[in-house]
Amino acid sequence: MIFEVSTPGLLTTVQDLGRWGYQGKGMPVAGAMDPQALKIGNILVGNDPQEAALEITVMGPTLTVAEGEGLIALTGARMGFTINEIEAPLWQSIKVTAGDVISVTSPKGKGCRAYLCISGGIDVPLIMGSKSTYLRANVGGLEGRALKAGDVISTGPLKPLTWLAADFICPEYLRPERGPDLPLRVVLGPQDDAFTEKGIKTFLESEYKITNEADRMGYRLEGETIEHKSGADIISDAIPLGAVQVPGHGRPICMLADRQTTGGYTKIAVLCTPDIATLAQRIPGQSVSFKAISLEESIAATRAEREQIKELLKLRASYRSRRVFPKKEPKDKGIYHWMLKIDGKTYDVTVEELE
Amino acid sequence: MAEYLEPKILYAGDSAVIVEFGDSIDMKTNAKVQQLRRSIECAQLGGIVEMVPTYRSLAVYFDPVEVEDVGPFFERLKILAQKTKGEISEGGLTIVIPVCYGGEFGPDMGNVVSHTGLTEEEIIRRHTAPDYYCYMLGFTPGFSYLGGMDETLATPRLKEPRKVIPAGSVGIAGKQTGIYPIESPGGWQLIGRTPLRLFDPEGEPPFLIDAGMWVRFRSIAKEEYDEIAAKVVAREYKPEIFPKSGDAE
Repeated sequence: MIFEVSTPGLLTTVQDLGRWGYQGKGMPVAGAMDPQALKIGNILVGNDPQEAALEITVMGPTLTVAEGEGLIALTGARMGFTINEIEAPLWQSIKVTAGDVISVTSPKGKGCRAYLCISGGIDVPLIMGSKSTYLRANVGGLEGRALKAGDVISTGPLKPLTWLAADFICPEYLRPERGPDLPLRVVLGPQDDAFTEKGIKTFLESEYKITNEADRMGYRLEGETIEHKSGADIISDAIPLGAVQVPGHGRPICMLADRQTTGGYTKIAVLCTPDIATLAQRIPGQSVSFKAISLEESIAATRAEREQIKELLKLRASYRSRRVFPKKEPKDKGIYHWMLKIDGKTYDVTVEELE
Repeated sequence: MAEYLEPKILYAGDSAVIVEFGDSIDMKTNAKVQQLRRSIECAQLGGIVEMVPTYRSLAVYFDPVEVEDVGPFFERLKILAQKTKGEISEGGLTIVIPVCYGGEFGPDMGNVVSHTGLTEEEIIRRHTAPDYYCYMLGFTPGFSYLGGMDETLATPRLKEPRKVIPAGSVGIAGKQTGIYPIESPGGWQLIGRTPLRLFDPEGEPPFLIDAGMWVRFRSIAKEEYDEIAAKVVAREYKPEIFPKSGDAE
């Protein structure tokens, strides 16, 4: 398919799961701020989960399908979403065809980042193994920048069985819970020993507010000052995704997808992987509180989220293998012959009704 | 004591862990970081996503699904860390970075002259004299943290940072020297510029300098700068890289 961009939205960029493998060279990872939503959207439109899509921030774009046909799905934040001015459902793949006008407006509920996933993915070059846009160095995506009016976006080749995924819906229980009031789970460290007991208590028991300095790089929070033992500066070391950095001013900064790879401030804790996206879906003015969990609990939560992706892939396989041939009257009453396709393999299934 | 008796395993969330060797910037500690990175690569532990070496620690990013049990995984890293000896390898690679000093490319050379009391020629001589050790990369893509500058060249940062510093600028900030790989804002005293691209996303490889390498600056005239710049644009320039123990000339 080919899309024309009529209005680009506030900040719409091409993102996949990020440019991993070069942090040792100082290269930020970038990638989707809510990777789970991106993966789900891709599964809905028949792509591999890691394919690139459009990450939409706060105010979405209007696109016209200029050529071809395919599937699209909008996941993540509950944005206003219309096709040809008719309200369209989120978390579902929808067939679009040349002439259709797709419009994503502003949030109608939870969240501020949505993913417009398109069958075939976004056809931009792989730069250092990724299609993700890293704006500060103008790398990746569409010429290293956000979308602008007049841009033309092409999609890649369709994966086999794409059309069979049309109208596939992500069930409610597999959609990530990104509640605005959920406490964010953290594992303390790597420099939690740089803080006084009182400092750790402040961090875990206070409510913080997201300031206006909140972007793809990180969220600065305001609230109670977190007390250090003897200074906030360390010899620069790596900044993991989701690290909660506390500089000398004592207020936390959560480091997100576009963070610099290394830094010289103490990191009191690191967010549990699924909760990084929960934070990334909040906007300035909203509140944040932290809850310490064990490393094992954090790993379990991350694994559970990954299991949900596996589950959705299984559901897609069975959705695709629903009766694929036109209905025929069964030869014998109560005996049905089905041809099932699961992950590319074909199975002949006979179901016999007893009684 | 700068170096810990035992390497520390520091928790860094559910997808990363930090192995820390000490709390100072010195070559022996950093050599351990580089060695650990190599021995982890050789050990082929499953589930490792990538590693980030810094001054005194190694961050190991892992996939918490592929690593079935983090306890034994961290233990394995710790054992590998304990085995590193921290020998400062003489065998590392040296890369030559040609720099056109002063003039339009070094707008702050005058500041360094007046702060240090040295002549421009002497500043260039002292800046090109040592091989600098690259402890780590960070800050921006391809920015190398170099150690080994002649301390007589130390000059404080600009009071008013520049909004735009061109890629390739070579500067001094306090006791540090470095090269800006991409256009960025900054407060370093700029003394010259290299025509090389330290970061080229479409280059093969995209980065010229790696942690653990040695960097040698070579003073070039404007004519040579232009020649090299043209070759770099045409992707015909091959940087001078040789084993440190070997002789370039």
